[in-house]
This record gives sequence, C-alpha cells and structure tokens, in this order.
Amino acid sequence: MIEAVGLTKSYGKTLAVDNLSFSVPTGRVTGFLGPNGAGKSTTMRMILGLDTPTGGSALIDGKRYRDLHQPLRTVGALLDAKWVHPNRSARAHLQWLARSNQLPAKRVDEVLEIVGLTAVANKRAGGFSLGMSQRLGIAAALLGDPQVLLFDEPVNGLDPEGILWIRKFMHRLAEEGRTVFVSSHLLSEMALTAQELVVIGRGKLISQSSTEDFVAQATENTVRVRGPQLAALRSALGQAGVSIRDEGESLVVSGMDCADIGELAARTQTVLHELSPQRGSLEEAFMQLTGDSVEYHTEIADGPTPATLVPAGK
Amino acid sequence: MSLLEAERIKLFTTRSPWWCGLLAIALPVGLTALIATQAGGPGSAEFDASATQLLTGLGRSVVMVMAALSITSEYRFGTIRATFQAVPNRTSALLAKTAVTAVPAALIGAVVGFGSWAVFRLIHPDPALALDSAADWRAVAGQPLVFAITAVLSLGVGILIRQTAGAVAVLLVYSLLVEGLVGLIPKIGDDIQHWMPFFAADRFIGVQADAPGLQELPLGPWGYLAYFAAIAVAVLAAGILSAGRRDA
Ligand SMILES: Nc1ncnc2c1ncn2[C@@H]1O[C@H](COP(=O)(O)OP(=O)(O)O)[C@@H](O)[C@H]1O
Ligand SMILES: [Mg+2]
Repeated sequence: MIEAVGLTKSYGKTLAVDNLSFSVPTGRVTGFLGPNGAGKSTTMRMILGLDTPTGGSALIDGKRYRDLHQPLRTVGALLDAKWVHPNRSARAHLQWLARSNQLPAKRVDEVLEIVGLTAVANKRAGGFSLGMSQRLGIAAALLGDPQVLLFDEPVNGLDPEGILWIRKFMHRLAEEGRTVFVSSHLLSEMALTAQELVVIGRGKLISQSSTEDFVAQATENTVRVRGPQLAALRSALGQAGVSIRDEGESLVVSGMDCADIGELAARTQTVLHELSPQRGSLEEAFMQLTGDSVEYHTEIADGPTPATLVPAGK
Repeated sequence: MSLLEAERIKLFTTRSPWWCGLLAIALPVGLTALIATQAGGPGSAEFDASATQLLTGLGRSVVMVMAALSITSEYRFGTIRATFQAVPNRTSALLAKTAVTAVPAALIGAVVGFGSWAVFRLIHPDPALALDSAADWRAVAGQPLVFAITAVLSLGVGILIRQTAGAVAVLLVYSLLVEGLVGLIPKIGDDIQHWMPFFAADRFIGVQADAPGLQELPLGPWGYLAYFAAIAVAVLAAGILSAGRRDA
C-alpha cells in the first residue's frame, strides 16, 4: 500500500503538489489521473524519494522509500523511459540495476523475455523506439519482482499496438496480485485500465474512489424517452419534480432512472419507442470535474477576450 | 560490494571511458617520446627522472574530463535517478562511483608515469634517468596517486555542477589557466599559488624542482600530496552533501 499524507512540493513560487493525501490499495490497479501539469510526476518522484517533499510524506507499506532495503525488491517504477544511457545495451542497463540490489543475473534475461526484448538485448538503448524504451523501463521495474509498481504515463506517445500491450500488461500485473499505481491525463485510458482512481488537479486532490463511482458521479446521468404521445408522461414527470428537456422528438430526463420512468410510463399508459440511459463522454466528465483545476485553463479556453471582438471605432 | 560492481558495470558498458583512457595514456606518452628525441642537446640542463614526467599533466587533464563525465553524463541522461531509485542512500551510491572512478584513474596514472619514463629512456638512454633516488621514484611511481586524487576532485566538481560543459570548463580552465595566472598577482601571488591544489600535485611529483622560486615552500612533497588529497576529499564531500539535499 502506498500512502501519501499531506504531500506538498513547491518549486520556487510554483506549488506543484498541494497538501495531497491519498492511499493506493494493495492488489489493484489504481489510476492517478490529472491534466498535464497537475503534479502527477512530481508526486511519483516524491514517492520514490527522488524529490524531497516541502511538506508531508509518502509511505510504502509504512516505510519511507529511502528506508527500504534493496528497494527494487519492493517497488518497481517507470517514471521516464529515457532514463537510460543511450550507448549502453538494454542488457547492460538491466545488469547494473540488478547488481545494485543483489538480484540474480539470470533475472535480467527473465525480464527481457517477459517484455519481449530478448532479440535486441545487446543493442544500444539509444536506438530504441519509444515503445521499446517503455518495455525496457518496464523490464527494469520488474527486475526485483516487486509487489508495488509505479508507472508514469506509460502509454504516452505510443501507437495503438503499444497502448494495447501496456494495458494488457497492467491487468496481468494486477491479476498477479500486485499493487499498480499508474498515471495518465486521459480518463478514457484510465477507465479501461484502473479499478480505483485518484484524481488531482493543480496539485490538489479532487477525488479518490472506484473508477465506476467516479465515472457515475462525473457523468450527468440522463435518460432519453421517445414515443408518439408523451404529453401524459411529461406532466407526470413534471409532478415528480425532475427536470425535462426537449430534444427533437424525444425528452431528455435527468434526476430519475430508467426503471422509475418505465413505471411511470406504464401508469400513464404511454407507448414508448425508446427508453435509454445516456452517458456523457468520459473526457467531458473529467473536464467537468477538473475544469477549475486545469492549469492555464482560462488562457486556452477563453480565447480572445470580448474586448478584442468589439469592432474598432465603435 | 554489489554497489561497486554495479558502478563497474556502468563504467565499462559505454565506450567513452575506454576512449578517454586511451587518450589519457597516448597523449602524454606520445608527446614525451617526441620531446625525448630533442632532449640532451649541447648546453641543456642536467636532468633526472622527473624530467620525463613534464607532460603527464596532459593525461591528468583527460582523466579530469573522464571523471567529470562519469557523473555529469548520468545527470544528462537521467540515469542518476535510476541510480538513486535503486540505491536511495546517495552517499553510498556516490562513494561507490568514486571508488570505481579512482581505481582506473590510478591505473592510467601508473601507465602514464612509467610509460613516459620508459619511452623517454628508450629514445634517450641517459644514466641520469635511472630511478635511483626517493625523489625519482616519487616522480614516476607517484603518478597513480596524483591521477586517482585528480579523479576524485573532478568527480566532486561534476557532482556539484552536474552539467558536462560547465564542469569540464571549470576544471580545465582552473587547472590550466587560473593556477598559473595567480602567480602573476603582484606580491601575494606566489604565496597564494603555493596553496593551489594542482601546484601541490606538481610539487609532490617534483617536476622542475630546481626552478628558482620553488625552493622555499611551506610543505614538503608528501605534505603537498596530503594537502592535495584533503582538497579533493573536501570537494567530494561538498558534492555528496549537496546531492543528498537536492532533488535528483
Ligand atoms: N523540477 C521542477 N522545477 C520547477 N517546476 C517544476 C519541476 N517539476 C515540475 N514542476 C512544475 O510543477 C507542476 C507539476 O508538474 P508535473 O508533476 O510534471 O505534472 P504532471 O506530471 O501531472 O503533468 C508544473 O507546473 C510544473 O511546471
Ligand atoms: Mg508528468
């Protein structure tokens, strides 16, 4: 289990992480979601003891990272696939890492096999594609067969094939009972990968919940009702106090679920041609929740200020 | 022990240390061979073994670059983060790197010292070059010590500055220019120069020991070596201390 308590980090005037508390449960894939610049990478660097928090702490199974003995055996992490010397072979990179934590040399070949890099093990890492570099990073993370794994934006910049591979891989790690903490700025990606979600914006915690709950809570749940005569149903819905919106031939109802609307339709003897729950897109839901926290949000979203739209000379 | 091995794997699995090592040997030994062919013309001064070591400073400069690179390239490529992730005790990690940098530097120093002496003697066989005094032995066999300490000092500077260009510039400009120029400061220049680290290293080796102005010095050869080592250790300690405090 990873636990952050009041984690804070400022770089000069920039408050990158702001009093962040969350916990990553054991044996599940937990997504770490937030727009770019939200502080995900900074948080992960603090968990790994690379950056020193300005305040608060991050603990792994109750210990600070720097107090772990041979930490690669406890925590594996891929923060940046480029943290490899370009002139060193993939095998040599894994060899020195393995040696530093007294891991058996044969483990190097095992992890190369797991990520499918055996054929290029003796090639210089500088010549690797991004997808291959990510695999090498994952191999490094797996070296010590750790129970806890951290991945920072592992699918960023990958082609669909690479994304699929990573996604399957995360699932496999969780099935093996490991704790996986994986960051992304894409909710759609996290919805496919993570069971739990820690959502942050501008360094602050927005929510921690199951992915399902987050999506349900974030999405405005509406029901589309279509039929030849909806007047009776409409007035019944009106009396029930839900909000109704006309959309062409149909009604869009929010505040009541399909089952209840169906019952009501039966009672008012209304013929229905469609009764379907509507879900906003995940990205919309995410933007809705983190909207206020997106850094540079106003600059990007507002476009030209109204003043500049006023014709000159008016 | 495993940390030393990890650092050893790192050092020998990229090519640049090999090239640096080769250059650190070939440059001084090659040029020493060249001046040996010109040595001992009529009217030239008497010389001894330390005269064969005049150009070893070139090798020392290459070792400086090599040692600084061994850490600045880690910062450049981000492998320092991988290192600190694997070994969160930064002091141990950096001390292991120090050892793994100093030992090859000492070996290079040995080859440069004895190589320069041997090639000089081969080309210019002169009984005066025989290693027949403590000073002669110090001049030649002392090189591994000087090279190793130079590597430690350079590594310390590399840890402090973290950028290759900056660290190499500081080291080379300081050792090749600043120390020499300090002596030109009127009145106090000489006194300051007598406490400069690479001046100290040269006093230990004893190059041009007969030169005027080098007769009344505050320390003897071994005192100067200890002083040089103390400075290197201090710089390294400062580097390790700052690496422990800064974000990786
Ligand atoms: N080393 C650093 N120095 C200064 N500012 C930084 C540093 N690292 C991150 N930041 C700033 O902290 C904020 C969070 O960055 P980051 O953790 O990289 O976000 P994310 O990974 O969620 O995109 C950003 O505003 C970023 O500019
Ligand atoms: Mg990031």
